[in-house]
Amino acid sequence: MAAAAARFFDSDLWWSFSRSPVAVLSAVVALLCIGGAVLAPWIAPQDPFDLATLNLSDAFKPPAWAEEGDAGFPLGSDDQGRDVLSAIMHGARVSLLVGVCAVLFSTLLGVSVGLTAGYLGGTADALLMRIADIQLTFPSILVALLVDGVVRAALPRETHDQIALFVVIFAIGISNWPQFARTVRGSTLVERNKEYVLAARVIGLSRLRIMLTHVLPNVLGPVLVIATLNLGFAILAEATLSFLGVGVPPTQPSLGTLIRIGNDFLMSGEWWITIFPGVALVAMVLSVNLLGDWLRDALNPRLR
Amino acid sequence: MKRAWMRAGALAALLLGAVVDDAAARTVRWAASGDPNTLDPHSQNVGTVTMVLQQIYEGLVTRNPDLSPAPGLATSWSQEEPTRWRFNLRQGVRFHGGEPFTAEDVVFSFVRAQQPTSNFGIFVDTIDRAVAVDERTVDIITKVPDPILPNKIISVYMMSKPWSEANNAARPQNTRAREETHTVRNTNGTGPFRLAAREPDVRTVMARNDAWWGWQQQQQGEGPRGNVTEIVYRPVASDATRIAALLSGEVDFVLDPPLQDLNRLRSASGTKVLEGPEVRSLYIVFDTFRDELLYSDVKGRNPFKDLRVRQALYHAIDIQAIHRTTMRGQSVVTGTLFPEQVNGYVREEDVRLPYDQARARALLAEAGYPNGFSVTLDCSNNRYINDEQICQAITAMWARVGVRTSLKAQPIAPFFAQIQRDDTSVYMLGWGVPTLDALYSFQSLLASRGSAPGDGIWNYGRYSNERMDALIARMKTETGPARQAAIRDALRLYREDVPHIPLHHQMIPWAMRSNLSIPHAANNQPYFRWAVMN
Repeated sequence: MAAAAARFFDSDLWWSFSRSPVAVLSAVVALLCIGGAVLAPWIAPQDPFDLATLNLSDAFKPPAWAEEGDAGFPLGSDDQGRDVLSAIMHGARVSLLVGVCAVLFSTLLGVSVGLTAGYLGGTADALLMRIADIQLTFPSILVALLVDGVVRAALPRETHDQIALFVVIFAIGISNWPQFARTVRGSTLVERNKEYVLAARVIGLSRLRIMLTHVLPNVLGPVLVIATLNLGFAILAEATLSFLGVGVPPTQPSLGTLIRIGNDFLMSGEWWITIFPGVALVAMVLSVNLLGDWLRDALNPRLR
Repeated sequence: MKRAWMRAGALAALLLGAVVDDAAARTVRWAASGDPNTLDPHSQNVGTVTMVLQQIYEGLVTRNPDLSPAPGLATSWSQEEPTRWRFNLRQGVRFHGGEPFTAEDVVFSFVRAQQPTSNFGIFVDTIDRAVAVDERTVDIITKVPDPILPNKIISVYMMSKPWSEANNAARPQNTRAREETHTVRNTNGTGPFRLAAREPDVRTVMARNDAWWGWQQQQQGEGPRGNVTEIVYRPVASDATRIAALLSGEVDFVLDPPLQDLNRLRSASGTKVLEGPEVRSLYIVFDTFRDELLYSDVKGRNPFKDLRVRQALYHAIDIQAIHRTTMRGQSVVTGTLFPEQVNGYVREEDVRLPYDQARARALLAEAGYPNGFSVTLDCSNNRYINDEQICQAITAMWARVGVRTSLKAQPIAPFFAQIQRDDTSVYMLGWGVPTLDALYSFQSLLASRGSAPGDGIWNYGRYSNERMDALIARMKTETGPARQAAIRDALRLYREDVPHIPLHHQMIPWAMRSNLSIPHAANNQPYFRWAVMN
C-alpha cells in the first residue's frame, strides 16, 4: 500500500498536478462539493426531507451575515423555512448521483460500441458509426427531453415518480455516448494493427478476449479525460432538465430544482434561495471541468 | 423617386402613429394567467370565462361596484307571489348584432341555461319556467319560494333567440364532449363592449359598444364614468413575464399579480396595486364517509370519522404563520364558511380552534392514534393564490404532531377530475360565492349528496349530517329572521362538527398602471364599464 502511494507521488501525473495551482484549487473545490454532498445526511444542519423539522416562522430568513439573519440558517431559508445550505447539500447529492451514473452509463455504452466498431470494422463499423452520427446531429438536451417526454407519456404518474431518477440518468446518458464511441473507435483502429494484438491473434485468443484484455486497457486514457469533462456536462444537463420541470421528482430536489423554485423569489428580494444553489452548481461544474482540462493536458505526451 | 416614396411612407407612418397613439390612450391592455376556454355564456361556470363575458353579456339583474344587485336588462322586479317573480324589461335595448332585445329572448335564455349541457344549473335550479307576459314583462315561476332569485340570475346572461337559432346554438356547448359551436368563438350580447377579435390563448379584443344603455346613466350618475374604448386581453401564464410586461408598460392591468412581487409593484413608479378581499375561502375537506381511507396506513377504520382527529388537525395548523409568510399578509384568516360580504355571515361564529400542538397530540392520542398515522393531502397547484405552498406548509405542520402527510399537488384539470371521482382522503378546496348568499355554500359543500338537485354537488368528502340537512332545507324556503336563524344554527354546527378546517379568505390584489382606475370587485371579476384611463 505504502509502495503504491509512493509510486503515485513519484509519478508524472502527481508532479504535473502539484505544479498546477489551478488543478490544486479545483481539486480542493471539487472535494469540498463532493464531500459535502456525500456526507450531507450526517453533517447538514437540518434534514430538509423531514417535514417535522420545518417551521413556517423560519421562512425567508436572509443569510446569517445579513441584518435579519439567523446563525441557524447560514445561507438563509426558503419559503417553507428550509435551510438553504442543507437543501444545497442534499440537492448536490442528487445532482452528483445523476451525473456520475449518467457518465458511467454513457461510458459503458460508448466504449463497447467504439471498441466493437473499431476492432471488427466493415459493416458493423459502418452501421454503428452511422447511428452515432445520427445521434450527434441532435442537440443532446433535445434527446434527453425526448426520452423523458416519451417515458412520461407511456407510464402512469405514480410509476413515473418512482423511476424518474433512472429516466433522467438514462436520458442524459443516452444523449452522450457517441463522443466515447468515436474516441475509442479511433484509438482501437490504431491499436488493432499493433504487433501485440497480432501476436495475440496468432496464439489463437478469441476476439472478445483480445478486445477486453489487450485493446481496452490501451484505449482507456482518453476515455478518462472525456468522462471527467462529461461529468460536468451531465450535472448541467440534469440541472437544465430539473429547471424545466422535467427532471428528478420534486420529492428529491436537485440543484436544478432548487434554482427553479428559488427563481420565483429572485425578483422580489429573496435572492439567496436561488443564487446559492446556482453558485454551488457553478463551483461544482467548473472545478470538475478544470480538473478534466488539466487531466487532458497531463496525459498528452506532446504537451509535457 | 424612391426617396420621395420613402418620405411619404415615413409621413404616413408618423400620422398613423399619432392616430393610434390617441386611441391607445384609452385602450386597456389586460393580462392574467389563464384564457377562457369558451365564450358560450351558459357552458362553463368558471371565473376566467365570466371575467371576459361580463364585459359583453348582461343578465336581467347586474351588479353595482360593491356587487349588490342592480337593474340590468330588467329595470325593476318584484315578488308577486311566493313562487312568482315579475321582471320589467328595459326598452330600446339592441344586441350587438342589431337584433332588438325582447321578452322572447329572456324566455329562450332561461330555457338554454336549464339544458343538461349548461354548467349554470345551480343558478336556475329553483326555476320552473319563464313566461313572457307581454313585450316588456317576464314572469319567472319557481318550483319553491326562492327569496334570493334576483341574486342568482345575475350570472344568467341574456342571448338573442333568433341569433342563437340561426347559428345552430340553441343549447349550450357540451365541453365534456369537446364540442365546438358558433358560440364558442362568437358573441352577441347587449353589454358595454362587443367582441372585436378572438384568438384563443393569444388575445381577445373587445371594442366599446357606444349604444349601451348604461353609458348615459353613468353620465348622469355620481359614480365613475367609464371611458375605455377598447380592451385587449392576453393570457400570460408566466408570473415573471406578466409582471415584466406591466412594469415595462406593455400591459396596463394584471388581474393576478404574484404576491411576492407586490412590494416591488407598489414602489415602482408608474404602477399601483389595488387590494381588496375576495369572496373566496379555502378549506381542508375530510373524507368522512368511507369506512377505510383510500390513502392512509390506518386500516379497518376511518380516522376522519372521529371528531377528535378532525379537531386535532385543526389545532395543528398555525394559520397566522401561513397568513404572515405564505400569503405575505394577503389573506383574511377565518373560522367560518364564508366572508362577511356574504348574506348570512355571523361574526360570533367566525372563531377558529386555536393553534395548539400539545392539544393536537393529546386529541390524537385520545382518539387512539398516539403515534399518528399517514395520509395523502390532495391539492391544486395553479388555482388559488399560493395553493401548493399552503399545502406544503400544512403538510409540515401536521407532520409535527405526528400525522405523516404526503402532498400530491397537481394542476386543476387532473386535480378536479380526481376529487370529483371522490378519489381522495383529504383535500384543499377554494370556494367562491357568486350569489353572495349563504345557501350557495351550504347547499353545494355540506348538504348530503343527491337528496335534492344541487345538494352536495361539491361535497366530495361526502359529509352528511341530518341536522345540517334540515337547516339547509329551512334556508331554501324560509325568509327573514327565521332564515337567518337557520343560517346561524348551521354556522354554529359547522364550527362544532368540523367537517372542514377553514383556512382563510383570499385577498385579491390587482396591479395596474397608475393612469388606470377601476373599482375593485370582491369576486375577482373586473367591470371595465367603470374603468377610467387618464
